[in-house]
Amino acid sequence: MSETMTGAEMVIRALQDQGVEHIFGYPGGAVLPIYDALFHQDKVKHILVRHEQGAVHAAEGYARSSGKVGVVLVTSGPGATNAVTGLADAMMDSIPVVCITGQVPTHLIGSDAFQECDTVGITRHCTKHNYLVKSIEDLPRILHEAFYVASNGRPGPVVIDLPKDIQFKAGSYARPVNNQHKTYRPTVKGDMDKIRAAIELMANAKRPVFYTGGGVINSGPHAAALLRELVRLTGFPITSTLMGLGAYPASDPLFLGMLGMHGTYEANLAMHECDVMINIGARFDDRITGRLDAFSPYSKRIHVDIDPSSINKNVKVDIPIVGDCAHVLEDMVRLWRQTAPQQDMVALKEWMGKVEGWRARNCLAYRPSAETIKPQFAIQRLYELTKGRETYVTTEVGQHQMWAAQYFKFEDPNRWMTSGGLGTMGYGLPAAIGAQLANPKALVVDIAGEASILMNMQEMSTAVQYRLPVKIFILNNEYMGMVRQWQELLHGGRYSQSYSESLPDFVKLAEAYGGVGMRCDKPADLDAAITEMINIDRPVIFDCIVDKTENCFPMIPSGKAHNEMLLNDYLGETGTDIGSVIDEKGKMLV
Amino acid sequence: MTQMSTHYPDATRIEPVNRHTLAIVVDNEPGVLARIAGLFSGRGYNIESLTVTETEHEAHISRITIVTTGTDSIIEQIKSQLERLVPVHRVVDLTITGDAVERELCLVKVVGKGDHRVEAMRLASAFGARTLDATLTSFVYELTGTTEEVERFIKLMTAVGLVEVSRTGVAAMARGADAMTF
Repeated sequence: MSETMTGAEMVIRALQDQGVEHIFGYPGGAVLPIYDALFHQDKVKHILVRHEQGAVHAAEGYARSSGKVGVVLVTSGPGATNAVTGLADAMMDSIPVVCITGQVPTHLIGSDAFQECDTVGITRHCTKHNYLVKSIEDLPRILHEAFYVASNGRPGPVVIDLPKDIQFKAGSYARPVNNQHKTYRPTVKGDMDKIRAAIELMANAKRPVFYTGGGVINSGPHAAALLRELVRLTGFPITSTLMGLGAYPASDPLFLGMLGMHGTYEANLAMHECDVMINIGARFDDRITGRLDAFSPYSKRIHVDIDPSSINKNVKVDIPIVGDCAHVLEDMVRLWRQTAPQQDMVALKEWMGKVEGWRARNCLAYRPSAETIKPQFAIQRLYELTKGRETYVTTEVGQHQMWAAQYFKFEDPNRWMTSGGLGTMGYGLPAAIGAQLANPKALVVDIAGEASILMNMQEMSTAVQYRLPVKIFILNNEYMGMVRQWQELLHGGRYSQSYSESLPDFVKLAEAYGGVGMRCDKPADLDAAITEMINIDRPVIFDCIVDKTENCFPMIPSGKAHNEMLLNDYLGETGTDIGSVIDEKGKMLV
Repeated sequence: MTQMSTHYPDATRIEPVNRHTLAIVVDNEPGVLARIAGLFSGRGYNIESLTVTETEHEAHISRITIVTTGTDSIIEQIKSQLERLVPVHRVVDLTITGDAVERELCLVKVVGKGDHRVEAMRLASAFGARTLDATLTSFVYELTGTTEEVERFIKLMTAVGLVEVSRTGVAAMARGADAMTF
């Protein structure tokens, strides 16, 4: 069964055995043997990115849109350090990625050799696990173990640092019979007593709300299907974090929209007023909870999470259930059906009435304009015009990201890719490339800002090379909009360094890369322009010139509770002084 | 405008801080200590004492004993964060499982003549310390005991010419017949 081959050949063989079809990478001295092994086969296709950060984000987009593990191959030293931001991003958002980094030969490690860096040391805190391979005998096991660790339990990035001499060494390779780790066995099945207690709490709830997160997406499409079933069985309203959008269809009347700092009025007030909170696969992030001592003061809380360290980390919960969302949801659905509880329909009806009252506040309303394109309007039109298609959306980070989350309605899981935890500008374009590669027939749109897009603009070249027709939809307000918004809130409107000076002509830029450039600045022309963009089967940069002063609302300002939201009409005219909203203590926070 | 608190987990909440001794069973692979020490520094936890050595040579298993301090919720977090590390097999909170025996070893060097020298010898014998080395002007003593005993010994020896201290940190084990396996 076992075959003799070099370390470099083992890498490629292990990728084939894992069913990997695409890897994202950039060659260099310390990975040349692996690139040579790649050359001699055609099962694993290599996508040449233009910067290693782009390789990791592309692998993230690939992973999140396909449910597979994303694979990255980069060289030692700068190759590895450039990949660090992507790894940290994948760590924060729990995205399964295996990143193989070249390393200088073992006898040179520690000598400050050319393109040497302590990759395992540097990536220790931004990976789920990492390996430095010091012996060819360990390599086959480590290669397969890395895939197991990356994709099991709470997913995350795994680095394999592979010295060049090990790549040349011959050893025997056999595909492991069971692809596992000798000790790492995460709990996937929830404790039945706790699940029973949770069902009982839910059955007696008067003001319940589901609060779901990226864990449902990571658990797979089956988890999203079970979530839908449980929500419909119980009839409880549901809100989702940024990372969880799409797990529950946004068009469903029970869906309250996103919660948190830029969440909807109805979602945040439901969280504040609820008596039973059912958290499934979310982690009580500070962007969600706002002021902790005023967070959901009347609720009993159920928390389902595969990572025990997420439980009771920020918020104390009453019923913690450690397990995989799909497994726990399956048990919950079954138990609910079995027990067929007598719900307090009067109280629930009253609660839904209250929720509808909040929803009627229409917190996402904005002042339309016939002259300038409002960014919210641009997202709404993009959504309406792409609704019938299989559409995948990625974003960069900033105001445009929040508007996308608020106004683009996701009906299915794995369609929405954004940098939630780390908040990495420059994520969207490479992630879109990964998503397009995994879904060649789909429409993939990177909703971007003019500042963010420039952070990984070079990946346009990758999109053109591989004929990946991604659409880059830039909401161009000539500002780092979210920075400007915070400067208005916190720093007296002094726009220190937040103006996007000397912007390129995005239309010409697109053409220079060999793509298609478009520009639109009139609301009346927008629909036709978007339709034209969708129908172009090449990479497009769409420079959408939007209102320069628009801010992102609703908003829970720093240090405030869910019931102290700022709504868009708080200010009267946009652009007026909002500097007094946050007091001195709140200004210390971000 | 109401007074604002913080957007981040509230640090001002006053909860009692306790000392806990954790026994951690890990794979003895390169970097495992850096992972654990890094977790403590990266997340702002305290390490009061840390001892580590391989305890099962064939299975390449090491046992790490960490003495840390924190509120109950911090200690819970420390344990779950440790358990999350891939090479960690088990984490046992010996302070919660009750009444563990804890010992550390210290070496002290005292230099002096006359009364100081005589007093140093008396103290050493009172504490049951062993004399490992003696010259006409110095002693090296070895004392094994609880952290408190070691602290007291060092404090007293300071008065009679202590010049150097080396301590191992705490090794700990639960009482009774139940064994902690990996």
